[in-house]
Amino acid sequence: MLLFLEQCLNGLQLGLLLFLLAAGLTLIFGIMDLVNLAHGSFYMIGAYFAATFTALTGNFIFSAIAAFAATLLVGMVVEVIAMRRLYGRDHLDHVLGTFGLILFFNELVRLVWGPAGMNVPLPEWLNGHFPILPGIEYPTYRLAIILVTLAVALFLYILVMRTRIGMLIRAGATNREMVGALGVNINLLYTLVFGLGAALAGLAGLMQAPILTVQIGMGENILILAFVVIIIGGIGSIRGAFIAALLVGLIDTVGRSFLPDILRLLLSGRSASAIAPAISSMLIYLLMAVVLVLRPEGLFPVSNK
Amino acid sequence: MRKTLLVASACLMLAVGPVMAQQKTIKIGFVSTFSGPTAVIGNDMRNAFELALDHMGRKMAGLPVEVIYEDDQQKPEVGKQKTEKLIASDKVDFISGYIWSNVLLASLKPIVDSKTMFVIANAGASQVAGQLCSPYVFSASWENDQTPAAVGLYMNQKGVKTAFLLGPNYAAGKDMLNGMRSTFAGQIVGEELTKWPDQLDFSAELSKARAANPDAIYVFYPGAAGVQFLNQFSQAGLKGKVQLYTAFTIDELSLPRQGDLALGVAGAQEWVNDLPFPANKKFVEDFHAKYKTWPSFYAAQSYDAANLIASAVAAVKGDVSKKDEMRAEMKKANFASIRGPFKYGNNQYPIQNFYLQEAYKDANGELRLKTVATIVKDNQDKAAAKCPMK
Repeated sequence: MLLFLEQCLNGLQLGLLLFLLAAGLTLIFGIMDLVNLAHGSFYMIGAYFAATFTALTGNFIFSAIAAFAATLLVGMVVEVIAMRRLYGRDHLDHVLGTFGLILFFNELVRLVWGPAGMNVPLPEWLNGHFPILPGIEYPTYRLAIILVTLAVALFLYILVMRTRIGMLIRAGATNREMVGALGVNINLLYTLVFGLGAALAGLAGLMQAPILTVQIGMGENILILAFVVIIIGGIGSIRGAFIAALLVGLIDTVGRSFLPDILRLLLSGRSASAIAPAISSMLIYLLMAVVLVLRPEGLFPVSNK
Repeated sequence: MRKTLLVASACLMLAVGPVMAQQKTIKIGFVSTFSGPTAVIGNDMRNAFELALDHMGRKMAGLPVEVIYEDDQQKPEVGKQKTEKLIASDKVDFISGYIWSNVLLASLKPIVDSKTMFVIANAGASQVAGQLCSPYVFSASWENDQTPAAVGLYMNQKGVKTAFLLGPNYAAGKDMLNGMRSTFAGQIVGEELTKWPDQLDFSAELSKARAANPDAIYVFYPGAAGVQFLNQFSQAGLKGKVQLYTAFTIDELSLPRQGDLALGVAGAQEWVNDLPFPANKKFVEDFHAKYKTWPSFYAAQSYDAANLIASAVAAVKGDVSKKDEMRAEMKKANFASIRGPFKYGNNQYPIQNFYLQEAYKDANGELRLKTVATIVKDNQDKAAAKCPMK
């Protein structure tokens, strides 16, 4: 039972991290109608910035904030230089263009930081573990990730639902032409949204950096999960992304943890441990397939178009 | 007029003939990972192979050597394609390299079918040492079971009663867990295989390991995954509570990034940089002088692979068409191996010692590895029994 609780926390942490990625992706797709495969590159860039700033200053918190700001800037610059040329074109052009950006960023990182990858050391007070219940020592840093991402989710909710910018974003998601016709500077709105999405991805990357190694291509695997999340949640819906990210995180982690034991009850030990990893890595795709059959628009479809 | 032309052509042919013969080069194809997160391993292997050529004056039996390096991107299908290209279009005399067992297994057939002489520099897939063994395939490394089996023996010596096993879910990962299981006398209280190579967050597995409450945890995580594992092991609060035993998880490439977390973690290896052989001292010193880094076991095996190839070329005086004679020479392992003298078994895999290595801080505060003990002497792999060659 304690183990189950602990695995739920692990799943929650993964899910919230996925939410950061998926929120940006879903905003960009929903509002700008742009398929951004290069979203994972911002995740990587955020992690590299954090690693560099930590190496220079030795202060992780400061570096994290600086890396967040730097990724926001990179995102806005990319939007102005590259993305603007892609609006209004076919989705296939988006895919080609942003795939090119992935290659560009991977090579850029190789040139600037080298192929070996980097590490981000944590300050002492974050590096320990924390007794959340008697018998469960949970890593402090993973708790910190959970708290920060929950705060960001709340901030996003307020931003989108309660502010003027949020109103424009929602209006943009529903009917872009009408918003433009009403005199809103749609170019600026797009730049802001794209930068915000990039910065959220960068935040996810920089928070993962101390747990994983910062390396080239680190954003590509997790981006696939982020796409699964926005498909399950409904494209363009932040609330859907939140619920779906938690679902995916929990199902992936809990499945990975308990499926081998369940299979062992049914099959011989050796074949169970061989099959279990394969099946548990399919679970979230099964979930996606079921959602697509039952609700093709996702769990929380944005009613437009 | 026509006669003059004929004579002139004949003279030309005479002049060209010897030049052609002199231009014969020994062509070696080297397949490893040179891009992506594990490119550091491939680079280390290439550095060592190049150093070995430098030490030979870049000649084997007086003939110039050309090495063609190919990047397998750590993907079996790419490795196979690159291997086929080396054989069919470059027409190499030897093939070497291969870090990953799954890449090796995919690439083996074209090599064996074309009867190209092959020296494996790392990957130790048990199938290649066993039922798939071939007269043209030699190993300069080990069979996958051997190193973890040595770790298992060492855990017995330390009186470990219960252990939890962790590794990646691919050919070598399964071999590495089976190898440890084959010698470990205690009880295995749980095991987990993780998705490879993309799963780098081990939180769910570490939670399970802690819940199983074992005396020790045994892991196999090569390359960058080893850095991540040690990091998360420590963040989960397991360091200092549960003793960690490893195979191919701590080496000179991962050590600078593992830092102090690697101190006191036991690992087994067939080569350590401080082994007291003259050839080894020369290798380690020259490697550090040339590349400013310390060589890993991947580098050491690649250096041995180059020297094994050179011994074969020397035995046939550069006539690499005499494959049977080259094989006979290679089976003697007649070269100054930097892991010390060893013999080849019937499957052409080394019968060799395994050592316990540990990380320590040298006088300059730099993290290095040292030999602590010899775990087994003249160890032959168990897969050899499945190999039909005598």
